[in-house]
Amino acid sequence: MQTNPLGHNVDLAERAYRIRRNALLMGEVQGQGYIGQALDIADVLATAYFHAMSYRPEDPEWEGRDRFLLSNGHYAIALYAALIEAGIVPEEELETYGSDGSRLPMSGMAAYTPGMEMSGGSLGLGLSIGVGMCLGLKRKGSSSRVYTLFSDGELDEGSVWEAIMSAAHWKLDNLIGIIDVNNQQADGPSTQVMAFEPLVDKLEAFGWFVQRVDGNDIEAVRAAFDAARDHAEPKPRMIVCDTRMGRGVPFLEAREKNHFIRVDEHEWQMALEALEAGRTA
Amino acid sequence: MTSTSTTNVDTKEGASPKPRLKTSAMIASIASEGQRTKPAPFGHALAELAESRPEIVGMTADLGKYTDLHVFAKAHPDRYYQMGMAEQLLMGAAAGMAHEGFVPFATTYAVFASRRAYDFIHQTIAEENLNVKLACALPGLTSGYGPSHQAAEDLALFRAMPNMTVLDPCDALDTEQMVPAMVAHQGPVYMRLLRGHVPLVLDEYGYRFELGKAKMLRDGTDVLVISSGIMTMRALEVAKSLEADKVDVAVLHVPTIKPLDAETILREAARTGRMVVVAENHSVIGGLGEAIAGLLLRSGVAPKFRHIGLPDEFLLAGALPTLHDRYGISAEAVSASIKGWL
Repeated sequence: MQTNPLGHNVDLAERAYRIRRNALLMGEVQGQGYIGQALDIADVLATAYFHAMSYRPEDPEWEGRDRFLLSNGHYAIALYAALIEAGIVPEEELETYGSDGSRLPMSGMAAYTPGMEMSGGSLGLGLSIGVGMCLGLKRKGSSSRVYTLFSDGELDEGSVWEAIMSAAHWKLDNLIGIIDVNNQQADGPSTQVMAFEPLVDKLEAFGWFVQRVDGNDIEAVRAAFDAARDHAEPKPRMIVCDTRMGRGVPFLEAREKNHFIRVDEHEWQMALEALEAGRTA
Repeated sequence: MTSTSTTNVDTKEGASPKPRLKTSAMIASIASEGQRTKPAPFGHALAELAESRPEIVGMTADLGKYTDLHVFAKAHPDRYYQMGMAEQLLMGAAAGMAHEGFVPFATTYAVFASRRAYDFIHQTIAEENLNVKLACALPGLTSGYGPSHQAAEDLALFRAMPNMTVLDPCDALDTEQMVPAMVAHQGPVYMRLLRGHVPLVLDEYGYRFELGKAKMLRDGTDVLVISSGIMTMRALEVAKSLEADKVDVAVLHVPTIKPLDAETILREAARTGRMVVVAENHSVIGGLGEAIAGLLLRSGVAPKFRHIGLPDEFLLAGALPTLHDRYGISAEAVSASIKGWL
């Protein structure tokens, strides 16, 4: 099944480290950004791009690719970091992040970036698009899968539940949803903004095959992706990933208000060093 | 709100007969009595076109029966997607289908597309210029159901959306000819859908729909009515009736609201001695009238200009003929307005 052209000579933990590093370097360009989210989701992105998905870096629109939908467009910095690591976006463009004329705008948009399958920004769109893509792929007899990443905050949007209900109705076994549960949204902890637990029970009741894992335990994430792919029932699949904002950089992880992080100039080097320390630890 | 023109009297109740609305008039019939009609022109045209275009799929949000998509569904059941009463999902899923190379026709009511799912159309469809075709029923004031179902603002909203082509057909012929034109066009299209038994009038005028083109249906020296949608049908009636008063009315039909056929509109509006009246089945804010007013002003063309449209208020429920009279878009009301302005 694995047709990842980059092979497996570099382990997933190292990929996740490099994705985090790319994100920090991009954040430094602007002095701020959704760094907490990029750090928390890096293990999931590493697993998606270097274990689970089929794609061709030189041909991002290759018909046989698995699709990756970034519903939470503000996580763009994280996805760019992965796309750079995957060789879909050239590494030199990293320093253009968020600048005028860049292909890497602050919020993810399909028209700008190779490998970006949808325009996010407005929340709760991704899973609906995923439903349509999966229906379309089935019409074409394609075996490609659609991975859709969205955040726990997006569970507040009714459209997400419309899509959840619909995917089960249409038995979309080619749809793999990934929820980043970092319990942090614009106005505070997600569970306080709008209670969404018990999430697994709800999703199972809606007819999905559901797994809940520590989203920063890369082996657990890898096993969940495998189980999602190999599950036999004709159901859509959801991987609920509990993650920690700022993961990999302890002093950012400890920040209370970390939905949108401002990092002082001197802190970027500290962050990179902290990340490096964790890598070798 | 009581009706005069469609009241019937229930004599079974004896001494105190109660006036009642005819349901058909209240809900949606835009055909006047005795008018020639065609059934489900959109549904039949789409089903036929789909024979040779396997990339066409039909999607709806629990309104297949009420958007004539059931005709397509019956002809091509494997290409019909019932998405449930969920307009946001409908638009997102249509975008997903278009991403995979299909040409989805997504149907719902105009109110739900324009008001409820606007952001989804904006972000998932229009921003990426995807090939999604929206066919949305009950445009403007074509339902007596009240503001929940009256789409008086749809043209304003979709005109303002970049990449969106906006169509407002007059009758069954216009509607069926729009379907292949929508598919031939690359990009999203919003069509105001006339459904059910749809009046047929334009065949008498040798009419052929061309996307982006306004069509002179009849010439006249005193008044130029520029209209879209069902108001073209009314304008043609008005032109006939005003002949008796020696008023010579020209009718320019503008089925493509966006992009506007500026060349034809300017050429016709610049002809001296004619009062220009824009008539539309839409709020006077943001529709065809303001589009043309802006065009004329920017181009330095300044005829005597009048505008007929729905008022900037929440419209009443009731029987359509009554409402059309009340809000000035019935043939009689348009005729009276024009006479008053001459």
